[in-house]
Amino acid sequence: MNAIPSTQGSVIVKAAVLVIAALLLFAPFLFQDVRSLEVAARICVFIVLVASYDLLIGYTGIVSFAHTMFFGFGAYGAAIALKQMGPGWDAVALGAVAGMAVSLVVAVAVGLLSLRVKAIFFAMITLATASVALVLASQLSQFTGGEDGITYRSPDIFKTATKLFVDEEGKVVRIFGVRLNGKLAAYYFVFFTSLAMFLFMLRLVGSPIGTVLKAIRENEARAEAIGYRVVAYRTFVFVIAALLASLAGTVYAIWLKYTGPDTTLSFAIMIDILLMVVIGGMGTMWGAVIGAVLMVMAQYYLRDLMGTAAEATANIPLLPEVLNPDRWLFWLGIIFILLVYFFPKGIAGTIAQKGARA
Amino acid sequence: MNQMNATLTRVGGVNLLPLAVALVAFVLIGAPSSWMTLTVAGLAMGMMIFLMASGLSLVFGLMDVLNFGHSAFVSLGAFIAATVLAWMGGWLGSDSVLLNSAALFIAFTAAILFGLAAGWFFETVIIKPVYSDHLRQILITMGALIVVEQAILAIWGGTPMSVPRPHFLEGAFLIGDVTIEVYRAFAFLLGLIVYLALYFTLNRTRLGLLIRAGVENREMVEALGFRIDRLFIGVFMAGSALAAMGGAMWAGYETLITPSLGAEMMIVVFIVVIIGGLGSVEGTLLGAIMVGLVSNYVGFLAPKLALASNMILMMIILLWRPNGLRPAVK
Repeated sequence: MNAIPSTQGSVIVKAAVLVIAALLLFAPFLFQDVRSLEVAARICVFIVLVASYDLLIGYTGIVSFAHTMFFGFGAYGAAIALKQMGPGWDAVALGAVAGMAVSLVVAVAVGLLSLRVKAIFFAMITLATASVALVLASQLSQFTGGEDGITYRSPDIFKTATKLFVDEEGKVVRIFGVRLNGKLAAYYFVFFTSLAMFLFMLRLVGSPIGTVLKAIRENEARAEAIGYRVVAYRTFVFVIAALLASLAGTVYAIWLKYTGPDTTLSFAIMIDILLMVVIGGMGTMWGAVIGAVLMVMAQYYLRDLMGTAAEATANIPLLPEVLNPDRWLFWLGIIFILLVYFFPKGIAGTIAQKGARA
Repeated sequence: MNQMNATLTRVGGVNLLPLAVALVAFVLIGAPSSWMTLTVAGLAMGMMIFLMASGLSLVFGLMDVLNFGHSAFVSLGAFIAATVLAWMGGWLGSDSVLLNSAALFIAFTAAILFGLAAGWFFETVIIKPVYSDHLRQILITMGALIVVEQAILAIWGGTPMSVPRPHFLEGAFLIGDVTIEVYRAFAFLLGLIVYLALYFTLNRTRLGLLIRAGVENREMVEALGFRIDRLFIGVFMAGSALAAMGGAMWAGYETLITPSLGAEMMIVVFIVVIIGGLGSVEGTLLGAIMVGLVSNYVGFLAPKLALASNMILMMIILLWRPNGLRPAVK
């Protein structure tokens, strides 16, 4: 059974997700500026990241604060490999595998060590682990570039100068005014790898394993009594989520051509992921899509709006300070609290419920 | 082996752990004077962390509520104390110990009062609606932490703020060839006083009896006709006030504070609470002193390891005792 029963509401949610998917698919043709493409790629990666986090928090009821750590492992794996070995697919593969291997080991260790205990213990332990990873990344600067991060080149096919198709005159072919260059290839690389990972997760939660995970979330003791080994399942889903996050990190690293603590490891990203999951709706993969889209859009465009608002209220004391674009987390925090109180199911969950009642 | 264990337990069991760590460190460091300085620094740090962590541990023990926003009180306490101290620069700079301590006292009182008020607000507005739902507790208190941190950024700005210290707490004194910073000794003493007060309240008064009984079995105490929820608000407020006081002391110790102070301390506080075992004040003290000592010793012996030392300590202790060193009876 899917988390959303087939109701009128769930049809709306799924339709919205399909529209988003279509928009993302044609994003380079619909929005022809650099910033929009940046936003679209970020949305793709974060959908995977948030959906994999939702496997933990929404489906299994595990609160982890180490998800950005795994994201970072993948990103740093690719970044270090690309930096040391030069641009090439061998470097990407090695980086991805190395990042996933580290994620695997750490996830198994943390999982077996601490998934036996209460949810709250686990949250605290992952928080501590993630903070150590962040500190290590900024301290081991000979490998990680410290606070500055690493800049490197991605494989040649993704260079903006690369011509995918040339016409008779040797110029790049355009379709609807869009140059078929490396940037486009890079975007579709991000899009299709993200799509593949998302479909994998969708399949996973629909499988019997997904049902067991939900059973564990609802009643741990009963699941154990029926004969499912709760610790094994929890560790399994924690590892799967970690591996997916790590892969998403690799993809994002290839797209950005830069990896640093602020883009992959920082606590701010962890908070972003949390907000996306809660806003979209815990316990549905569709919610992850909606949450990620809304939050990333807000990150890029709400700040501009707030800047205008701050200027408009410049004469009133304290208000401009609070409306400062840098303070946008303040507002998101308040929205977050209100959402957890009043709409614990998030946008997707609340809409999906609508039809069920009618 | 069994006999040895029994002897160990009689002498003090896990309470001897800090002593053992200190002994090992003494052998490794070699120089008695630097060992002494590090030990005092570790104890002072441990006492300040204890202040911040004790409230968190008690609140969890009593009501099964884990406040991820606890460190918000720490940073608020630090910033309020710093602001008050900055206003009273005149009193602080004077040579009179009386004026100095008066300024310090006012700053601490301001931090504590604010901690009480903020604790009350937090408990009634933020946490009460989500009792007995761990997932939403974690999310909501996390959200509250974000809001408070951003509010601090908006009010005090993002630049580091320097904290003036009272004149009489400046400098250091010498015993033999051991230098001891006055502020560290002061922090240690104040922490000890608070611990003794807490210990006395919990173990010698009727109120403490109720709190301890509530930690052990809440339903039974409620069935006997006591209002645990009211008691809980009190404990929550007291815990927040202690955290604010710890933050105020930490501000004086660091002398330069940034809004990220709360987030940084939160990790340490969590590690301490996990090591000590949730719900027990003695365990928290033990955990805090362990963390204080170990991070100071490791910082001296192997500076590169210092950042991960707390984490490694937690891993080792959890492998040995999954529920922490001295968990409250549950």
